Amino acid sequence: MDSYFSILFTEVYKILFLLVPVLVSVAMIVWLDRRVWAFVQKRRGPNVVGPFGLFQSLADALKYIFKEIIIPASSNKLVFVLAPVVTMTLALISWAVIPFGEDFVLADINVGILYLFAVSSLGVYGIIMGGWASNSKYPFLGAIRSAAQMVSYEVSIGVIIINVLLCVGSLNLSDIVVAQQNLWFVIPLFPMFVIFFISALAETNRPPFDLPEAEAELVAGYQTEYSGMMYAMFWLGEYANILLMCAMGSILFLGGWLSPIDIFPFNAIPGPFWLIFKILFLFILFALVKATVPRYRYDQLMKLGWKIFLPFSLFYVVLTSSFLLYFDLLPGK
Amino acid sequence: MIAHSVFFYIFSLIAIVSAVMVTVSKNTVHSVFFLILDFISISCLFIMIGAEFLGMIMLIVYVGAVAVLFLFVVMMLNVAEQKGQWFSSRWDGGTHIPVGLLVSLIIFFELIIVIGGWKYKPDLLNSLSINISTEVTNTRSIGNVLYTDYILLFQISGIILLVAMIGAIVLTYRERAGVKRQSYVKQISRERDEGVDLVDVEKNKGVKIDA
Repeated sequence: MDSYFSILFTEVYKILFLLVPVLVSVAMIVWLDRRVWAFVQKRRGPNVVGPFGLFQSLADALKYIFKEIIIPASSNKLVFVLAPVVTMTLALISWAVIPFGEDFVLADINVGILYLFAVSSLGVYGIIMGGWASNSKYPFLGAIRSAAQMVSYEVSIGVIIINVLLCVGSLNLSDIVVAQQNLWFVIPLFPMFVIFFISALAETNRPPFDLPEAEAELVAGYQTEYSGMMYAMFWLGEYANILLMCAMGSILFLGGWLSPIDIFPFNAIPGPFWLIFKILFLFILFALVKATVPRYRYDQLMKLGWKIFLPFSLFYVVLTSSFLLYFDLLPGK
Repeated sequence: MIAHSVFFYIFSLIAIVSAVMVTVSKNTVHSVFFLILDFISISCLFIMIGAEFLGMIMLIVYVGAVAVLFLFVVMMLNVAEQKGQWFSSRWDGGTHIPVGLLVSLIIFFELIIVIGGWKYKPDLLNSLSINISTEVTNTRSIGNVLYTDYILLFQISGIILLVAMIGAIVLTYRERAGVKRQSYVKQISRERDEGVDLVDVEKNKGVKIDA
């Protein structure tokens, strides 16, 4: 019985060691997002609380904690409360399989990439539950939009993952990174990287694809009826998902914890820092897109997903596999 | 092994209870939520017996895609209204209930046949003639048989799915009149001559414009 408890305690310790930095960086990343957005629009952005406004998110979180949680009288109460919990839990559990360095991963499972894909495909439930349980028109329309949008873009992300897996020959995330030792996949699969980036924007409901919460049409979409800490949990989950998509992009295409060139000043920096740099790089791209691109119309969004991305990435699967087969480069022989 | 069996019983309990709740619960949306819970606990059971690939595919396909579409459809239907039509006193002896009874009767007898032929073999793993290698991951071993020995069945099931998909599209597609579609090519290839017309307007007369 003693060994059970010791295993349990070390696991809990490891999980806390992973989750606390993730939550803190989610708060920081919101600040960064707003600063980049303000920079593009020649504003100052949040700069009052703490040095450079760094503590703005913490101040906001404090504000949310002290606000009253309002549960609408005609809502489905249990589902209404569960929705933000589901969103945030799903956003956090996927970090378990992200490898931050060689042997520096919480759960090194065989089907890591499938796990990430599965958990990100469950993310839509938080939004649907929230929208349905609010029992109000705007949240419901937002939830319906979101369900259709996320299912559509997941298909193209799945096909893009197949492209990467063809070059790796394993579903383990550490193996995917190690396979990029000589050449990052962003170079041979550059079109797939672009499509992955755009699909990730749609998958996380970021502008220009933030139709589920389009304020001009739907007030705040599925979040309309939420207040206080429950709203903050939606918001934390959303940003944790964005960070996760950035991490997934850097592992699939930008070589994860590997340094760009394997010579002295670069390979002296430990792996986790490289992964963090890459995540930040992708996140700043996300923020720049938010600041510069106008929102899509809904039919344009669907057309882009089904009629352009899906056929193109399927074509690229055929191209990649024929290339690998012709030059006898298929892995796993 | 204690922890293992504890988790096994927890997940099986959740699976059975939520399967019952799917049929019992009054609210259709709640039924779908219980169905999702059922799928998730079954995929946990798959992972526990070491079939992690099947568990993940179960999550991705059933929970991530199929159940979302279920929910999508069920949320759009006005279920309360339909219930009134089916079970109210002025029910006009419609055709739904006999068909439903027939289908459930068939499924009931099929279940009896399946369960009647079920044998519990605790020593199945030892009596198997195939030796199960622990070195090959189960993703790879599924691939090894699926794309070699069973390639024909695999492709037939793919074609059946394709036919079903095309059938669904053909059944629901209808040409609507008066829909304005955006054509990028048309928009971009518009020239100045087609769009702008310079007209000399006479004083106090105006000009009549018609497209």
